[in-house]
Amino acid sequence: MDGEKRRPLAILACGALAREVREIAWARGWDVDLHTAPALHHLSPKRIAPDVDRRLRELEQRYERVVVVYGDCGTGGALDAVLEAHGVERTPGPHCYEMLGGRAALDALRERPGTFFLTDWLVRNWDRAVVEGLGVGRFPFLRGPYFDHVTHVRYLRHERDPALTERARAIAEFLGCPLEVVDAGLGELEGRLTDLVERPAPAP
Amino acid sequence: MVDEEIADLAQALLALDEQRAVAVARALIDGGADPQAVLQRGLADTMLEVGRRWNAGELFLPEVVAAAEIFRLCNEIVEPALIAAGGRTLGHRVVMATVKGDLHDLGKNMVGAMMKTAGFEVHDLGKDVPAERIVEAVRELEPSIVGLSSLLTTTVPEQRAVLAALEEAGLRRSVKVMVGGAPVTEEWARQIGADGFAPNAPEAVRAALALVGDERLAGA
Repeated sequence: MDGEKRRPLAILACGALAREVREIAWARGWDVDLHTAPALHHLSPKRIAPDVDRRLRELEQRYERVVVVYGDCGTGGALDAVLEAHGVERTPGPHCYEMLGGRAALDALRERPGTFFLTDWLVRNWDRAVVEGLGVGRFPFLRGPYFDHVTHVRYLRHERDPALTERARAIAEFLGCPLEVVDAGLGELEGRLTDLVERPAPAP
Repeated sequence: MVDEEIADLAQALLALDEQRAVAVARALIDGGADPQAVLQRGLADTMLEVGRRWNAGELFLPEVVAAAEIFRLCNEIVEPALIAAGGRTLGHRVVMATVKGDLHDLGKNMVGAMMKTAGFEVHDLGKDVPAERIVEAVRELEPSIVGLSSLLTTTVPEQRAVLAALEEAGLRRSVKVMVGGAPVTEEWARQIGADGFAPNAPEAVRAALALVGDERLAGA
């Protein structure tokens, strides 16, 4: 690695937001490399901070700067402690539902705690993340314990793809709840990530 | 014969065979087996093994949740017999709740079931429980321990609100408070002044026993 010129910027993003981050970077013309961590870490959030730590150690050798796209994501502050140790910042927010759905998503959760959020990623990866990941396919009796509390499904839609919307509808049916589609677009994510990436570098 | 059946129950639970586990538990209880032995050796010890395998990375989330659900189903069969038989009791009450704004009770139910197994008298207030209701329950039931669960990052702060409400009601010193849930850490527990924290159900039982001064499982 010695003698190799370091690239200016890496974004380390949760895989669940990779498409959105790539779109933002492309639209804004950033000279950036996108690296992702497995979105399925959310099934065991305690894996997130150690994995991000390991990836940051590696990326810091190759980049002048690294920006992280994650919420707290159930790490209970462990992720922020890792980022602080590395001197790296992340997009603010508790989770991607809030980043995409904004304040309204938090309000929905407070007013209707049985709200279940879908994003494009979760719709695309429902089988991998839920049917296989949570074991609902192998252990059908888990459907109740996991989902009995769900009363509403809110799809924070980014891409207006009829196939995705149809799939979201099927998921809502599986959960036995009405589907509410909100065209969230990139939500708060674009502004928060842009603030981080385009913020002037601190004076040396 | 009963020993073999209890071993069979443990095996079915470990193999995550819901139907077999429930059938064997039912057969044991209907056949007059000692419910305490069924609960301890057939179910609770097996859940400790599940916890060990989870911590060692040998089991993954779906398996652990499936084991917890099978445990719950079997416990529903065993518990009435245990109560009818007088059951083992530690003489300590536990009030448990999933905090306001959070409807996830899988972990809390698991902890509650294992607390009962250990001999605690468990009063489960359910999910989405406001701080005031927890305060009321503490005033009325005078438990040794309150267990607070949160799964959502956004509801974890409610645990602090419950502690504050207990303080305000002048009840904080009369009860030990344990916190848990996926985003909850030992650091958070310390930060809000909770008395105990556990990352999983078997550890929660150990922590609870330690809090009430019973060291039976503390070193297990």
